Amino acid sequence: MAKTTRTKRHFRWTTGLIIGIALMTLMVLTGLLAPLFLAESAEKLTADASQGPSAAHWLGTDDFGRDVLARSLVATRLTLVMTAATTVISVVGGVLIGTFIWLAPARIRNAVLRVIDAAVAYPSLIFALLIAAILGQGAWSAVLAIAIASIPAFARLTANMAASISQRNYVSTARLLGVPGPRIITRHLLPNMAEPLLVLTATVFATTLIELSSLSFIGLGVQNPEYDFGRLLNEALVNIYSQPLQAVMPSIMITVAGLSAMLIGDGLAAATDPRGGRKFGSVKAASELPASMRADGEALVEVDNLTVLTPNGVPLVKGVSLSIHAGEVVGLVGESGSGKSLTAMSIAGLLPEELTVTAHSMRLGELDLLKKNDPRTLATSIGLVYQDPGTSFNPALRMGSQLTEVSRVHLKQSGKTAFNRMVKALADIRITQPETRMRQHPHELSGGMLQRAMIASTLVTDPRLIIADEPTTALDVTVQADVLRQFRTINREMGTAMLFISHDIGVVQALCDKVIVMNGGKILERLTGAQLAAGDVKHPYTKALLAATPSIAERKTELVAVRAEDFTFDEITDDVPVSGPVQPGPVRPETERLQP
Amino acid sequence: MTEPTMLNRESALFSNPPGAPKSPRGGLRTLSPWASYGLRRAGGVLLSVILLVVVTFFMVPLIPGDPAVAVAGADATTEQIEAIRESLGLNQPLHLQGIQYVGNLLTGNLGESFAYSTSVSSIIATKLPFTAELALLGIIVTLIVSIPAGMVVGILTRGGRRKWLDVSFGMLTGFFQAVPQYVIATMLVVIFAIVLKVLPAAGAATLTSLILPVVGLSVAPICSIARVVRRETSTVLEQDYLRTARGWRLPPLRLYARHALPNLMTTTLTLAGLILAGMLGGAIIIENVFNWPGLGKEIVTAIINKDYPVIQGIILVLGFLAIILNLLVDVILGIIDPRTLGGGKSNG
Repeated sequence: MAKTTRTKRHFRWTTGLIIGIALMTLMVLTGLLAPLFLAESAEKLTADASQGPSAAHWLGTDDFGRDVLARSLVATRLTLVMTAATTVISVVGGVLIGTFIWLAPARIRNAVLRVIDAAVAYPSLIFALLIAAILGQGAWSAVLAIAIASIPAFARLTANMAASISQRNYVSTARLLGVPGPRIITRHLLPNMAEPLLVLTATVFATTLIELSSLSFIGLGVQNPEYDFGRLLNEALVNIYSQPLQAVMPSIMITVAGLSAMLIGDGLAAATDPRGGRKFGSVKAASELPASMRADGEALVEVDNLTVLTPNGVPLVKGVSLSIHAGEVVGLVGESGSGKSLTAMSIAGLLPEELTVTAHSMRLGELDLLKKNDPRTLATSIGLVYQDPGTSFNPALRMGSQLTEVSRVHLKQSGKTAFNRMVKALADIRITQPETRMRQHPHELSGGMLQRAMIASTLVTDPRLIIADEPTTALDVTVQADVLRQFRTINREMGTAMLFISHDIGVVQALCDKVIVMNGGKILERLTGAQLAAGDVKHPYTKALLAATPSIAERKTELVAVRAEDFTFDEITDDVPVSGPVQPGPVRPETERLQP
Repeated sequence: MTEPTMLNRESALFSNPPGAPKSPRGGLRTLSPWASYGLRRAGGVLLSVILLVVVTFFMVPLIPGDPAVAVAGADATTEQIEAIRESLGLNQPLHLQGIQYVGNLLTGNLGESFAYSTSVSSIIATKLPFTAELALLGIIVTLIVSIPAGMVVGILTRGGRRKWLDVSFGMLTGFFQAVPQYVIATMLVVIFAIVLKVLPAAGAATLTSLILPVVGLSVAPICSIARVVRRETSTVLEQDYLRTARGWRLPPLRLYARHALPNLMTTTLTLAGLILAGMLGGAIIIENVFNWPGLGKEIVTAIINKDYPVIQGIILVLGFLAIILNLLVDVILGIIDPRTLGGGKSNG
């Protein structure tokens, strides 16, 4: 919602805004001109009462022989004037309350905000009726009634905006410098709220137009002999059987007026919305590089010449081939946008539908991944672990019901069996109090615990392949080490094949048998874990990635020299000298956009 | 498309600023989430009720000039005016009037109607069922239509698919939001009662006479809520946990009903609570179009007759219903999404 930014933006003229302004201009012109030229036929009582449409009276006449069309047009002036007056009162009142409470002591401010909140919860029409009952019936008491009833909502919105602005640095600075309160409002708060306030004002105009005419319609607003759209429709309702046409023109007028105000509000909001008009960045074509090794027929997973295209035909992944043998951990490294996640999600069959996936072949065991497969087979053969465990679980559901969902839906296990198996899986992966965890909601668990629970949930179906998409990136360094250890253990004890994606070459070399380096949707280099550990790389990009990570030897001495005792807990160092996650944080390959 | 037209009341409560009053969490920390939530909400309800009582009480003293003269009318005799002054308790000091007003309310005494010389409570008792029938049916129809409609459109247009559907949905719902309820209702009468002659135009005599008022009452809220649901659906469908659920290859119904629906209900219900409470106001308009013998028709008559006890009584009842409705929505929210109980606790 209403966010103010200080950057200059282009004002975008949308079709809706143009139509809205055109219609509103038409309404205003009608309001100005119609009473000058049509007042007589609109208000003079004649003998031609209750006539149908004719050449003289296009929409017929009312009970007193007045021209219905003329009355509908003349009523525009009073309707617009009343609406404008109401809008001004409620906007000024709302802005005054909404900004000045920020000068009041916190106690008073909170009390006022609470009262406003309580007032906003009531339907404004009920408030308006109450005020109309106090002030009596008539055009101007209706204006006051609707205006006062609209103030709380406007004050609330202004207070919300003022709250966010008053916390910005320049306002705090002004306060510290002793700038007086009213000056802070006029110098800092109001100018920064101008845009959203303008949008809101247009919106308030549209709603008050409707509410005012509603009040007139039920007979509590404009009284005879004055008339606005609501009053005209009120009169028409009496004759609705004999003269249904009498209701049509006021209906059209009020609809057009309301619609144009709404279009202006929407259009202004879209025009000033900083998020509007954003274009999706296109992917630049990378230079041709010699690509694929032939895929390997013996492998568990085999991907041959995978290509992923956007709807406009921009290639995101360009002919990637890879294979994963049973029990093997394959790492996929590259910076953000290198196509590594797209490659993995193509294998999982989880790419957004608008992306086109083609390949010579793509299979998992005998399962052809290019075809549409049985959901049950897919769900149980491929386990998925995602980057951010904090957002990967459904916040509205208990852990237990989510973790056992695959077992219950696809393996048709009873709730109890699935629950017990999951509790055991959680205990296996060293989650404390697994039964309590199952009854908790995701927000009650820590990130590391959630990620381990996610890993455990992939294991209960005994998958053939686990795809882990940056599973440690969102975690603390110490938790990262623990999660990596879990992957290592699973691979060693259960022999599950893994596709492990990371932008962090250190993490990958600690865990993977084979490492594939990607950039620009292409594979740049294939290495074994040992080659990587020894620094035996050929491609300059991989060299650059490695250079961005402290080298193994360097790090070892550094660690020993500086704080070796801090890292003695690390167990992953079985296969590779030093585990990735303990590398110093700030130097990450993705922070340096290197070109191959 | 942004949604400024709906911003007015709904988003006023929706986006709490960082500095807004938060619950007094310190003292309630030891309680269970539901108990502390209950206490907090009870405080809010109490404040709303107090506000309602205060506002209705000040209605009479705030009448410009001499309230007794205003009530009695210009051609009343001095005795009549004095009698009214006496019956309104206007000859007492303000604080005594206030105490008496609150005391009467606590004993369930809403006073006597000037116009009918019966008790206000009996008038409300005969009229409330008609309004409740209309409002309740309207709310049910609104929820049943708007949530699935918004979700279906949200699902069909996810990730920028089916632009034409998105645009026509936006135009259609936007249009019906901009048309006042009484115009929609009048057009319904013209089309179905006068031109097609299939449904009665007014009254509450038959079951079919419910159809047009309920439709007239529900169209605008359906459009408002469907827009909110559509927007929320597309937001929720982009969330990581839905990708997780897709990774589990759940059947579409399970995916949308179990994983998407509860999450989009949080925002939807927060806004819907206010839209639904607003339907009480809408009912007043609709009752007057269809000559429906409920509270809305009665309050308009009472305002024209300056029958202040009746006005006070009906506003109290409608306001109280709005409070109950908001409370109900909050409780449902707490059940659907337990995070709302804690007042904004996030992942660690």
